[in-house]
Amino acid sequence: MAQVVIRDLNKKFDEVHAVKNVNLHIKDKEFMVFVGPSGCGKTTTLRMVAGLESITSGEVLINDTVVNELPPMDRDIAMVFQNYALYPHMSVYDNMAFGLKMRKFERAEIAKRVQEAADILDIGQLLKRKPRQLSGGQRQRVALGRAIVRHPQVFLFDEPLSNLDAKLRVQMRVELKKLHNRLGTTAIYVTHDQVEAMTLGDRVVVMKDGVVQQVGAPLELYNQPANRFVAGFIGSPAMNFATVSLAEHDGAVWVEGPDFRIRPPQSSAGRLRGHAGRQVVLGIRPEDLRVANGSDPADLGFDAVVEVTEQLGSEILLDVKAGPASMVASVEPTVPAKVGDRLRLALNPDRLHFFDTQTEAAI
Amino acid sequence: MATIAIAVDDRQKRPRPRTRVLEDERWLAFALLLPTAVLLGLFIAYPFVKGVLLSLSADRVGVSGGFVGLANFDKIWNDSIFRTAVWNTFWYTGVTTVFKLFLGLWLALLLNRHFKGKAYIRAAILLPFIIPTVLSTFAWKWMFDPTFSVINWALFKLGLITGRINWLGDPDLAMTSIIIVNIWRGVPFFAISLLAGLQTISPELQEAAAIDGAKPWKRFWYVTWPLLLPVTMVVVLFSVIQTFADFQLVYVMTGGGPANATHLFATYAYQIGIGTGLLSEGAAISLAMFPFLLLIVIVQLLYIRRVETR
Amino acid sequence: MIEGAPWRRWVFFYIPLTLFVFVLLFPFYWMLITTFRPDGELYQPWNSPRYQPFWTSNPTLEHIKYLFNETLFADWLWNTMFIAAISTVISLFCGVLAGYALSRLNFPFAGSLGTGIFVTYLVPQTLLFIPLAEIIRNFKLGDTPWSLILTYPTFLIPFCTWLMMGYFKAVPRELEECARIDGASRVQAMLYIIIPVAIPGILSAGIFAFTLSWNEFIYALVFLSSPGEKTVPVGVTSELIRGDVFFWGPLMAGALLGSIPVAMVYSFFVEHYVSGLTGSVKG
Repeated sequence: MAQVVIRDLNKKFDEVHAVKNVNLHIKDKEFMVFVGPSGCGKTTTLRMVAGLESITSGEVLINDTVVNELPPMDRDIAMVFQNYALYPHMSVYDNMAFGLKMRKFERAEIAKRVQEAADILDIGQLLKRKPRQLSGGQRQRVALGRAIVRHPQVFLFDEPLSNLDAKLRVQMRVELKKLHNRLGTTAIYVTHDQVEAMTLGDRVVVMKDGVVQQVGAPLELYNQPANRFVAGFIGSPAMNFATVSLAEHDGAVWVEGPDFRIRPPQSSAGRLRGHAGRQVVLGIRPEDLRVANGSDPADLGFDAVVEVTEQLGSEILLDVKAGPASMVASVEPTVPAKVGDRLRLALNPDRLHFFDTQTEAAI
Repeated sequence: MATIAIAVDDRQKRPRPRTRVLEDERWLAFALLLPTAVLLGLFIAYPFVKGVLLSLSADRVGVSGGFVGLANFDKIWNDSIFRTAVWNTFWYTGVTTVFKLFLGLWLALLLNRHFKGKAYIRAAILLPFIIPTVLSTFAWKWMFDPTFSVINWALFKLGLITGRINWLGDPDLAMTSIIIVNIWRGVPFFAISLLAGLQTISPELQEAAAIDGAKPWKRFWYVTWPLLLPVTMVVVLFSVIQTFADFQLVYVMTGGGPANATHLFATYAYQIGIGTGLLSEGAAISLAMFPFLLLIVIVQLLYIRRVETR
Repeated sequence: MIEGAPWRRWVFFYIPLTLFVFVLLFPFYWMLITTFRPDGELYQPWNSPRYQPFWTSNPTLEHIKYLFNETLFADWLWNTMFIAAISTVISLFCGVLAGYALSRLNFPFAGSLGTGIFVTYLVPQTLLFIPLAEIIRNFKLGDTPWSLILTYPTFLIPFCTWLMMGYFKAVPRELEECARIDGASRVQAMLYIIIPVAIPGILSAGIFAFTLSWNEFIYALVFLSSPGEKTVPVGVTSELIRGDVFFWGPLMAGALLGSIPVAMVYSFFVEHYVSGLTGSVKG
């Protein structure tokens, strides 16, 4: 029913081309997350869908209707803002009822819907309070409640969790997910936090400098990043990169780093053959590195010196130096590594990523 | 699905699309600014144009005199009372501003401390600024009365004078008296505005400077004053313009006398334009303020911009 | 704060502050004491031995009685209040709308219009009173309260607009955006969300505008002529002085009573007044 289609969308502020040729199809009931660093155009895109920002060129369709010229009030959407934007002079009840009053709903229907939303969000006891009497988490719930009483076609979220402390953020993330499963309303969610993007999104749009880098399910982005930016942005700690050269010896492709030399498995060798003799960027996630044991083949590892160890309890992050390259490895908590230790790291051959040095696209 | 059913329901309840002209920012802005534009156009812009035309003709009350070019300006330029008024206005503005700034700053610094009853003191101190100037000026005129002056009495009792001082009867003393009253009226405005400026300066800066070994005077000069400068400039701008164009204080205290010695632009314009009925000449006198005011505004705005952007 | 020895506190704090307060408030005390002093005491030369400045042994109400019985003081009070109230309401209406437009909306020439308002804010009444008097006469408004009700907004609107721009800028943009998404039109978002949130600012602007109107003198002096139409400042000036003769008792009584309403309004809303005053400077 309520799908959102974005066609060739562009936004130019005076000098800045903030959103460049964005094309997206957000399906009905889908939870779509826009993620990217600040200034990447994700919020601007969302605001154009909301009608808060004029569209320079292109089209936004909600439910197969072009809404470019429609003011926000007529788009039948609800939005949750980063700072909650609760009306400070109204009680919680009136905050939630405002959208319904504006749409001339019956008093009884308003009361019913507010009660319903309050029950879902467990804020029934707060209805008489003013926003300033609420904690951050409670405000967040009221803001959500204000959106859900409306039963809108689309929910828009603009970094709704970033003003919460870390613990509450995780908790609200889970609740948001539950809420979406329950209501099934199409949602667009903007965040700069890739963990939120991965955990919440049915699909995730990664943006940078106004351009969509990749659209896909969370694991798709994680496993098959389309380019070096996506690879580095998704996943924490971030993927390690090293510039290497590809050489072909004896019919096999070799990856030659400054201090190491590895042979990628046959599966990826085919793709790499075309780049033989050139430099490429090798990407490997910290969790795909481990301390080598005797049975590891010699050409799938390299030597490194430990510079810093970060104990996280469930794992240890080793910041190591392999020749001139700095890398992070996520290893078992039982590894007895100390600063200055020299050790051999093995890498998971199936999970190597290669990127073109020029275009940065995945190979 | 239930949610879909409700969504359909919603659309039926939606009000019909009305005319959306006011959703366009430009039309809305136009509509919101219209009442202001009409009133300001009718009673600021139109009078200004009319004033210029009037100053270029020879109208009297009820008599249209025709176009005379710059004759009125030529006439007032050669009018010794007008020249005195110009000098008076600059002297009056300059002296009072310096004193108001100095005393206002001092008072603001005093009020910036914590002490009991501060709220009451602050409220009481603003009274000279609240009370209609004409009314409080009458109190001063009464205090300056040559025969019944409480000021003379006090000075005599303190042994500072031996005979009576004719405050408003002597040209120089009259100007001084007017200046005193203006300072009295203006200090609260300076003090409260500067106090607001002082309160935005974090006390931590003072403490940091104190720990760095700065003496109170140095702390003021190197920390407080530079941070206070932008506010000070705006306050001075407002005060200078108000003082330059002042009317009521002189009108009540001396009416421009004795012997036309204490006229300002405004009081002289009133005397000529309304008192004598020479509308055109009066309009020319008050319009003669305009270039000076413009210059003051431009210089101050440029300076404020420089202070704020550095 | 950093404090020193007790004598320092006296020299640098208590004594100067007391002097300031004394000088700033003494004229009001003088008004008060004169109001209740009989003529016999009032007209004692300062160097006469019977001059007793700070107290009166025979308080009297004769000056106040004179004021109400022999002059139109009650009318003046009413006129002043009426004119100040209506012109404040008009100015608030215009200023709030204009301030909203200039601080919140994007439209061509918004910047230059804002500067224009600021410049009008700086135009003193004394610059234009003569041509304005002509215009008032041409509009047949002379000697009516409307001559002031319509002209006072010329200096009140720029002030209100300027002050409200500051308040509106401080209201988060998201509040309005959220309202518009909730189904409010721009006008509804302004009326139901932004204006209620800015009520403290509106109150400040209103209080300040009211005191400014109450204070205004030259327009009232020039535009009004019949004694019954005058405002307090003009009435006191023109009707209690005959030639060179000042009726000091009634004059001071009039000054005192004419100040009381505005002082009361002020005392109830000191904080709003102060924030209006400082806001008008900061913008």
